Amino acid sequence: MTDSSVGQISTWRAFTGTLKRDLLLVFRRRSDIVNPLLFFSIAVTLFPLGISPEPEFLSNIAAGVLWVCALLATLLSLDSLFQQDMADGSLEQLVISPHPLFILVLSKVLVHWLVTGLPLTLLAPLLAVMMFLPDEGFGTLFITLLLGTPTLSLIGAIGAALTVGLRKTGVLLTLLILPLYIPILIFGTGAVMATSNGMAVGGHLAILGAMFLIALVMAPLAAGAALKISLNG
Amino acid sequence: MQELLSGQNLACERDDRLLFSELSFSLSCGDVLQIAGPNGTGKTTLLRMLAGLLPDYEGEICFKGQPVLEDPERFRENLLYIGHHPGIKLNLTPEENLRWYQALYRPASAEQIHYALARVKLTGYEDVPCYTLSAGQHRRVALARLFLHPAPLWILDEPFTAIDQGGVKEIEQLLADHARQGGGVILTTHHNLSLPAELKVITLGQSRQQKESFHEKDSQLNTEQVTEQDPFTVDQRGEHD
Repeated sequence: MTDSSVGQISTWRAFTGTLKRDLLLVFRRRSDIVNPLLFFSIAVTLFPLGISPEPEFLSNIAAGVLWVCALLATLLSLDSLFQQDMADGSLEQLVISPHPLFILVLSKVLVHWLVTGLPLTLLAPLLAVMMFLPDEGFGTLFITLLLGTPTLSLIGAIGAALTVGLRKTGVLLTLLILPLYIPILIFGTGAVMATSNGMAVGGHLAILGAMFLIALVMAPLAAGAALKISLNG
Repeated sequence: MQELLSGQNLACERDDRLLFSELSFSLSCGDVLQIAGPNGTGKTTLLRMLAGLLPDYEGEICFKGQPVLEDPERFRENLLYIGHHPGIKLNLTPEENLRWYQALYRPASAEQIHYALARVKLTGYEDVPCYTLSAGQHRRVALARLFLHPAPLWILDEPFTAIDQGGVKEIEQLLADHARQGGGVILTTHHNLSLPAELKVITLGQSRQQKESFHEKDSQLNTEQVTEQDPFTVDQRGEHD
């Protein structure tokens, strides 16, 4: 009943508690993980079928196709990031909890990456085999996706937070977020292409890493502020 | 008694409609404050404002004499807010739901959580997913937090929604106990509260109604303008101690 009894509040526990709860929720609704992965595999598979199964042709477009499909799969999964929490009132509880909101947002984004970005990254080399990606490109593809997909989740969280209060998000989220995704796409595919052509990729990776770090610092703050605005509406 | 929460000249406008203005109140330790009024007069908005969910409001809210905006973390540590939506995840069990809340505030052992669930008559439902429970039981899961979280200030939006009569009595008793131990409660409800302690009531939108009936006679008067003048009344229903 006194101030001292609440001294045991710990932001770290709030972070891990939210992480555990959201992972448990995803585990109970496994379709949330399967959907983006299914979209990713189907979309990539359609290219050889729809355009040309020629190995030379496919190996030229492999990096671009894999990256574009991974990006769209992430985009499709963003809608649900805060929507459930908004509908059942637990988003309000997150906002008025005695912790910095960006920490809790970060924990939700981490869950999003663990269930979409990470599986996409792990699946990509398999699909790259089908797309005849040159052997040298595999390592780079994996690293660029490993650096790029968390950035996609982080930036996407800002858009998801801004649109969560709207009754119909529709195409707005895509319009808001897609322009911000384009630099990641350019440097991601650029790096894979460069390795395939035997060029150095250090610069590409450094820029992808820098974008990840900036997003890691800024995006949770921006998404937190956006959530407060959305709750106000 | 020490002052717990106070509001000075609070005003709120939503969609170009003035809900209330010049609203001042003071909640001391041991008080139960009921926000009353017809639907759509801003009860929930006022509670959300007090809980810190509406950042842009007019007026000043002080917690223990200090403006809330100066130290929001301290205020939030001392606040338990249960909103219009109970904040319960349907795919989780009541125990898992409460465990998350306790991770945000104070950790609780499984025994403490089971005790809290027993107090809201949910023994035997600890491990079933919440989507199998009824609306009243969802509300009860949320109310179980009252037994787990030792915050002095409770802000409860319609805590009795979908709760049966026996449950309402128990919660009233709980509110009275909390007030007697020096806590403060602000709630909205359409029930007639029967509390052993003194109950303060703020009625929103009352004068508007009175003025509206007046307005029918004199069609030149604008109701919007009238509400700005005196949109609330505070009366103290001293129901013995």
